[in-house]
Amino acid sequence: MKNRLLWPVLALVALLILNVVVTPTFFSLRLQDGHLYGSLIDILRNGAPTLLIALGMTLVIATRGIDLSVGAVAAIAGAVTCTHIAAGGNPWVAMGLALALCAVLGLWNGFLVSVLGIQPIIATLVLMTAGRGIAMLITEGQIVTVDSPVYRQVGAGFLVLPIAILISLAVLGLVALVTRRTALGLLIESVGVNPSASRLAGVRARTIIWTVYVFAALCAAVAGLMISSNVSAADANNAGLWIEMDAILAVVIGGTSLAGGRYSLTGTLLGALIIQTLTTTVYTIGIKPEITLVFKAVVVIAVCLMQAPVRVRVGGRVRGKQGVPA
Amino acid sequence: MVAPEVGAVPAKSPGSASRSARSRGRVNVPKRFLPVIATFVVFVATFGVGSVRYEGFASGQVMANLFIDNAFLIVLAVGMTFVILTGGIDLSVGSVVALSTMIAAAALQAGWPAWLVVITVLATGSGLGLAMGWVIHRFGVQPFIVTLAGMFLARGLCFVISVESVSIKDPTFRDLATGSIELPGGVTITYGVVIALVAVLAAVYVLHLTRFGRTVYAVGGSETSARLMGLATTRVKIGVYVISGFCSALGGLLFSLYMLSGYSLHAVGMELDAIAAVVVGGSLLSGGVGFVIGSVVGVLVLGTIQTLISFEGTLSSWWTKIVIGALLLAFIALQRIIVRRT
Repeated sequence: MKNRLLWPVLALVALLILNVVVTPTFFSLRLQDGHLYGSLIDILRNGAPTLLIALGMTLVIATRGIDLSVGAVAAIAGAVTCTHIAAGGNPWVAMGLALALCAVLGLWNGFLVSVLGIQPIIATLVLMTAGRGIAMLITEGQIVTVDSPVYRQVGAGFLVLPIAILISLAVLGLVALVTRRTALGLLIESVGVNPSASRLAGVRARTIIWTVYVFAALCAAVAGLMISSNVSAADANNAGLWIEMDAILAVVIGGTSLAGGRYSLTGTLLGALIIQTLTTTVYTIGIKPEITLVFKAVVVIAVCLMQAPVRVRVGGRVRGKQGVPA
Repeated sequence: MVAPEVGAVPAKSPGSASRSARSRGRVNVPKRFLPVIATFVVFVATFGVGSVRYEGFASGQVMANLFIDNAFLIVLAVGMTFVILTGGIDLSVGSVVALSTMIAAAALQAGWPAWLVVITVLATGSGLGLAMGWVIHRFGVQPFIVTLAGMFLARGLCFVISVESVSIKDPTFRDLATGSIELPGGVTITYGVVIALVAVLAAVYVLHLTRFGRTVYAVGGSETSARLMGLATTRVKIGVYVISGFCSALGGLLFSLYMLSGYSLHAVGMELDAIAAVVVGGSLLSGGVGFVIGSVVGVLVLGTIQTLISFEGTLSSWWTKIVIGALLLAFIALQRIIVRRT
């Protein structure tokens, strides 16, 4: 079990070492006005939305599903909240509205997948395509800016640590507690291995699938709030663009198989951190920002190949030869 | 060389069910054609709505423009159909289009001859496809992830070439882009349309009249059975990504003719349009079911919706996305019904 996390951990450590070599002050943190600052905090803060979405995605992928619509859902959440606040609404009510609407969108995805039995990738493609249109419909194609101190706290606020980090870590803890301390995680995995068999064994496969999609949509909604609150604006076109891809990559790098049936929350945390560290690294070591994507592609392929099924099969011999990693 | 018994592979074909007692006595349309026919009906219906509502909609030129404005998407959808028929997916096509426009523009600016540019672009696209197919097959990594990495890689390479938009001033490319062919009835089309239609015909030929094409369907039906039957599954599984890469590069060339520029942010999200066209065209993402012609009609449906919305004028562009989403949903639901009945 721990073996599977070896490569992600090594990749993350390698990235961090690279950063320290280039910027010796990389690990330094400082406390100012009761707020913690530093490169590591920046990585965590910028990675918070990705981590949150990746958590929801992990559970969806564990049921052998996938949710492409999270980026669009995040945009919708931001659009609803900002439009409501801009119209003079209470920020708390606005956020509540956004979460409720996104829960409905999650129900919709779950309905398509669990009741109609549509392949998850297509079922969520519908909302991925239409969702941005809906978000634009809500904002009427404008970038809605708001000025609400309460709302600003979600993405840019501090409670010693940035609030966004605290939210993401709290959700991580909650998911870990609920799925690993109860049978829920096992049931989710059993649905991923074989939905019909688990149904025959008395697992409510349909309800579980439904739950994970609603959970993924809620995570996406909170992430959308973070993204839009950070800039105090809702951009229906660009908020959360491609974040679903980053989230899926984070999950896969963390050793969760897209074939379903097993998942690792620690792996997802590592995956999200790797992706964010990678982006930060590119900036700090002075690679041209344009090449970020190439860099990302190379790392993703490298980590995936390390974990590839074929390598596992011949792994005994290969690992025996190297014998270096402790 | 083509062995007839290979052609008899019942690759999860719902068509076999058309011989069931239920459909006997009716006009015998094989079930596997139903989704394509449905797509065609939707196309005629949307076009009909446009013709009734707007003056000048039902003209040959509007129809021709549908092809002119979507020539590149047709080529992309053709390549995507191959991949989806084997049960895979290729997310890299949009980025490869951008990369192709970028390479073409940059190379032309550097003074390369047009023919060399075309060959370079096509080779790059096919090479990327080959690399992705090889990784997918050799290491058993999911196509989704590999082509996602390919998407990042191609998009990143665009930025490496240039961050700015590079315009194409080469006379050969300009002539190809602005040149038009007059059809009877005063309708004009571009050379891009001709290239796209040739690509469609070639794809139909390969899929239905060659051993490779039949193996594509067989792999999509059941890879294990196909392999046990002794079919060349490795070649096909890698080959479809090469085809898709080639089509993306060709689509990229058509796109660079269409835009007369190379830009890193060209064709963002175009892979989703291509996938949507294939799904609307009646292919199943689980593989084994679908036709190239369906995908072409799928592209035309998407194009008609866009034309309708631009004719309407007052409707905002985001309705396009919502309508396409709704259409996707309708077609998926339709397919579920057909699959359940068989």
